[in-house]
Amino acid sequence: MTAPIREHTGRGPLGKDEIAARIARDIPAGSYVNLGIGQPTLVADHLGPGAGVVLHTENGMLGMGPAATGDEIDPDLTNAGKVPVTELPGAAYFHHADSFAMMRGGHLDVCVLGAFQVSAHGDLANWHTGAPDAIPAVGGAMDLAIGAKQVFVMMTLFAKDGTAKLVRECTYPLTGLRCVSRLYTDLAVFELGAEGAVVVETFGISYDELAARLDVPLRAA
Amino acid sequence: MTTVCESTDEAVAGIEDGSTVLIGGFGMAGMPVDLIDAVIRQGAEDLTIVSNNAGNGDTGLAALLAAGRVRRVVCSFPRQSDSWVFDGLYRSGRIELEVVPQGTLAERLRAAGAGIGAFFCPTGVGTPLAEGKETRVIDGRAYVLEYPIKGDVALVKAHVADRVGNLVYRKTARNFGPVMATAATTTVVQVGAVAEPGDIDPEVVVTPGIFVDRVVVVPDRAGATS
Repeated sequence: MTAPIREHTGRGPLGKDEIAARIARDIPAGSYVNLGIGQPTLVADHLGPGAGVVLHTENGMLGMGPAATGDEIDPDLTNAGKVPVTELPGAAYFHHADSFAMMRGGHLDVCVLGAFQVSAHGDLANWHTGAPDAIPAVGGAMDLAIGAKQVFVMMTLFAKDGTAKLVRECTYPLTGLRCVSRLYTDLAVFELGAEGAVVVETFGISYDELAARLDVPLRAA
Repeated sequence: MTTVCESTDEAVAGIEDGSTVLIGGFGMAGMPVDLIDAVIRQGAEDLTIVSNNAGNGDTGLAALLAAGRVRRVVCSFPRQSDSWVFDGLYRSGRIELEVVPQGTLAERLRAAGAGIGAFFCPTGVGTPLAEGKETRVIDGRAYVLEYPIKGDVALVKAHVADRVGNLVYRKTARNFGPVMATAATTTVVQVGAVAEPGDIDPEVVVTPGIFVDRVVVVPDRAGATS
């Protein structure tokens, strides 16, 4: 059961790094985790060696270590963002069909993804803006969205133009249906599902103010 | 049986116009750049290329695209910061694109190599990439029907082969190599070194030689021969 809502109004919104730290707190020890390209990679900085978490990168590795520097850089060892990384003791390499079997087959515990939009029921839009001149590129986003046991999304709650990214129905092309279980933003943490959006925690805003700014029915945990 | 070729030109000989060519690699890791350069010299055109990306920078797959040899690209992630060759061709309508989710791409290749006629896959259900495809609910979950992708030729980079074609790969450069090697009529592999039979421990062989038709040694340029 979810704990009662916690409103942190005596502070400002969370920064990117604070959102990453908040997500890391919700990843249980012993989890196999995939961190999406971009901001979700920040979560790794808050999963210390004692966290007991094994990182998966979909290009074919479990036991991924931190980014490589200097002499550690090896063009044959990169993450899904094509950034050179390192291997930890106990690491394993595998080919792409096995790597995605780990997702699709339900073996991965958590993935953390960025998003353009998320619906209150957990629909995800994060691969394509639908703009007519945009070149579509999906990568592993759809596989991750439907594959991991829990899909966490990390994003700002509002776009730069002020529009909310938590919506009743996504208007951008979908990545996956009813797949996001938790949404972590600068202003609030939500649980999403068939019952709609439940606010778990707020930062720099009260529940009532949050509800007034979103066109989505909310419930307080 | 596996032939050890003397040159990359010999390794890619005979690729016909209109072929479907599977090209391994994830970005530049595992990309068989020297085999692609040989295909450019070989001259085949009107090709369909199946690869995770659609070329980076101006070398490898990007150079093949720039040479005007490719009619169609099947990939998961064409758009990158350094995919200017593909971007230009696409925006001017000179190349066709089929975007496939990365895991579905791998599984369609695996299916081709394993003799599977088609399979139901949960990835992409309810998204634009499932439009027009047959769907089915199995045990309460929705799936999309996906078909195999078979290649006429696969171009793969591995770390070491032995003379009978057994392959080992290196770190995340393995990526699509093992599945693509199974999925083509003719599989061509560039390796850093060729060993004698028995030099590779049978327990660590990743791709058995039955899937490998031609091997050619190309010393690695990026320090990956150790």
